[in-house]
Amino acid sequence: MSELKKYLEIGSSPHITSGDSVEVIMRNVVFALIPVCAFAVYTFGAAAALVLVTAIISCIFTEQILCKVTGQPSTIGDWSVGVTGLLYGLTLPPDLPLWMVAIGGVFAVAVGKFLFGGLGSNAFNPALVGRAFLQAAFPQAMTHWAAPLGDSRFFELPSSTLALPFAQPAYDAVTEATPLALMKFDGIQAVDRDLLLGLTSGSAGETCAILILLGGAYLVARNMMNWRIPISIFATVAVITWAFNSYDPASFARPTFMLFSGGLMLGAVFMATDMVASPITNAGCWLYGFLIGGLVVVIRFWGGMTEGVMYAILLANAVSPHIDRLIKPTVFGTGKGAG
Amino acid sequence: MLDIVRKDSFRNGVHPPEHKGETSHLAIRRFAFAPELLVPLTQHLGAPAIPIVREGQEVVRGQTIAEPDGFVSVAMHSPASGVVKRIALAPSISGAMVPSVYLRPYPASSQEVNDGEHCDVATASPDDIIKAIQRAGIVGLGGAAFPTHVKLKAPEGKHLDTLIINGVECEPYLTTDHRVMLEQTADIFLGVRYLLRATGAREVIIAVEANKQDAARKLQQDCPEDLPISVRVCPVKYPQGAEKLVIKSLLGREIPSGGLPADVHAICVNVATTAEIGRLLPRGRGIQERVITIGGPGIQRKGNYRIPIGTTVRFALQETGAASNISRVFLGGPMMGPAVSNLDIPITKGTSGITAFTTAETGEATGHKKVYPCIHCARCVESCPLFLNPTQLGLLAKNEEYDQMAEEFNLMDCFECGACSYVCPSHIPLVQYFRLAKKMLRKLSAPA
Repeated sequence: MSELKKYLEIGSSPHITSGDSVEVIMRNVVFALIPVCAFAVYTFGAAAALVLVTAIISCIFTEQILCKVTGQPSTIGDWSVGVTGLLYGLTLPPDLPLWMVAIGGVFAVAVGKFLFGGLGSNAFNPALVGRAFLQAAFPQAMTHWAAPLGDSRFFELPSSTLALPFAQPAYDAVTEATPLALMKFDGIQAVDRDLLLGLTSGSAGETCAILILLGGAYLVARNMMNWRIPISIFATVAVITWAFNSYDPASFARPTFMLFSGGLMLGAVFMATDMVASPITNAGCWLYGFLIGGLVVVIRFWGGMTEGVMYAILLANAVSPHIDRLIKPTVFGTGKGAG
Repeated sequence: MLDIVRKDSFRNGVHPPEHKGETSHLAIRRFAFAPELLVPLTQHLGAPAIPIVREGQEVVRGQTIAEPDGFVSVAMHSPASGVVKRIALAPSISGAMVPSVYLRPYPASSQEVNDGEHCDVATASPDDIIKAIQRAGIVGLGGAAFPTHVKLKAPEGKHLDTLIINGVECEPYLTTDHRVMLEQTADIFLGVRYLLRATGAREVIIAVEANKQDAARKLQQDCPEDLPISVRVCPVKYPQGAEKLVIKSLLGREIPSGGLPADVHAICVNVATTAEIGRLLPRGRGIQERVITIGGPGIQRKGNYRIPIGTTVRFALQETGAASNISRVFLGGPMMGPAVSNLDIPITKGTSGITAFTTAETGEATGHKKVYPCIHCARCVESCPLFLNPTQLGLLAKNEEYDQMAEEFNLMDCFECGACSYVCPSHIPLVQYFRLAKKMLRKLSAPA
């Protein structure tokens, strides 16, 4: 009778799990972003690589130190701070001084994530919190755009990259207005091919629509992203823009330009879909995407800024808990079909 | 008549690995008698049965040893010919000690089964059948162990039109219903006759999942022509075997929250229960054994066994060659089966299987997963077949807001299928929280 093991473990059923854990999901987001990162380095050269590396290191470092200081076990193993760092880096102008990148990274994790309670509690997308902070603190540097595909981009750094902290960065590299700025101030619309392929200036990771969509499709296929959010954003932007564009093509951009320019692709696919800060029901996600799309169009068409994706997402993040309170699934046996 | 693969199903749900191929081809075999059997008097939901034997008394296999105490209670029968050693408390799966009959089978006995009061389907009235089912000690063999005869009596003013024979068996590893459908079709159809007569239902649907096509074909081939039976094959999805969901899948009817199948004019009986009715009632016998699947990676001689009620888990594991590194044993399947904390508990009428995991399944690598905070991924919301909000319920449970869970978030509707915990990437033990919350609510509402 004693050949059976003496001690058995007990636990509440279910005794099996599906296998996808938080770190697996986060790791896959990183995988989905690898092509976008590679393209950022290809178009903007060594400066973009340094921005990305600095962003990631500053975020991870901040989280590690905060965990130490507050006496909690380290949480960098769940990969979520890595995702934050990577996304944050991708939203920055590629020739941004590295010290600014580092400060924004610290802010993103310390205020955007840790202050709210860490993983799962951040009301706002931490990467965008970091970027919004930089936008407010260094408006000039944050709207200074290096031209893509510069000849010596792999061998020389723009002087701004290594600018000393708190010194006014001196810009020497060839600069170029972003397609959205050209549209807003000069009424020039970039051609779709350049926008799709990412041959324009802009933030490090926002230019190539195709690679961003590819990364999104990968995550959707692995059930790690709710496709309803980006689709809802795209549809809203396209419909509203189409309406205004057909009414007055001279002052309002065409729908494809609106979709593929600026940070819309990166924001809709990788930022708005942050699980923590988006609604939990599918109906809620449609509404959330509708809200973001509407805000983007309003800011771009009538706002003082050229780009509005970041603020649109942050505002929708704030509304997301309220959407969840408003839209709840009808419990089985309580709806019209019951009885 | 046969309607293979209907698209109709319920919404949400999950697809855990099935592992049914390991035992589904193995025919039902008899299990040996253990040197001692423990027959609890509470193997069913409701009042415990009242023992009518005394210590030291000789009993014959199949003899009634306890009578039902009231309507929501059933009789118990001796699983073997032998002697009642004592009537005392014995351990149970819940951890509580329950009154039980300790029985020592005679090794030399032929173990001939005692017949009782016959119940002929052609002449019996519905009430006769309901009484005979209670006398036979029949309860839901799918795991709920609710007395079957209670279900058959439709509440005042409700009529039943459809009888659903539930052969869905959606739990991974379990193949008992599958084997019963393949090997006991005659019993099933006779059982259906009794049930039709008792309930007055006009139509019968046998529900099978698509991973048991051979059973569906067999049932269709053997079906007597005078019975109004259709066999339906549903797409495989967990937890389709749950009463509410199988009715939704087959009939598209939604049982109201807190209601019964009778509210949508349906009644749902497990296929093995139906087979037992057909097997036992004609000869007036009672349940003294049942078919279970003993399987999982920790079992060497996996199989489907007709095992005497009262056999201890320890004896069952020894006879089937449990691996030396078994680490977790549970009754039933891995999604809903309660873990066994004491191997000396008996198999009861509600036990559909024993599944054993080894350290390979429960060890550091896969079993003890780190619990992360909820990241609002909404996978639990997308998996809950009752459209509850497990993420919100989980947060409230953590803060002990039990009243709010019940009043605003329909906690009491949760039947603990485990889909939410299964998909949770943060490995939050949601179902465990919900069980605790329900228990606390019952405790708080109970009169002091």
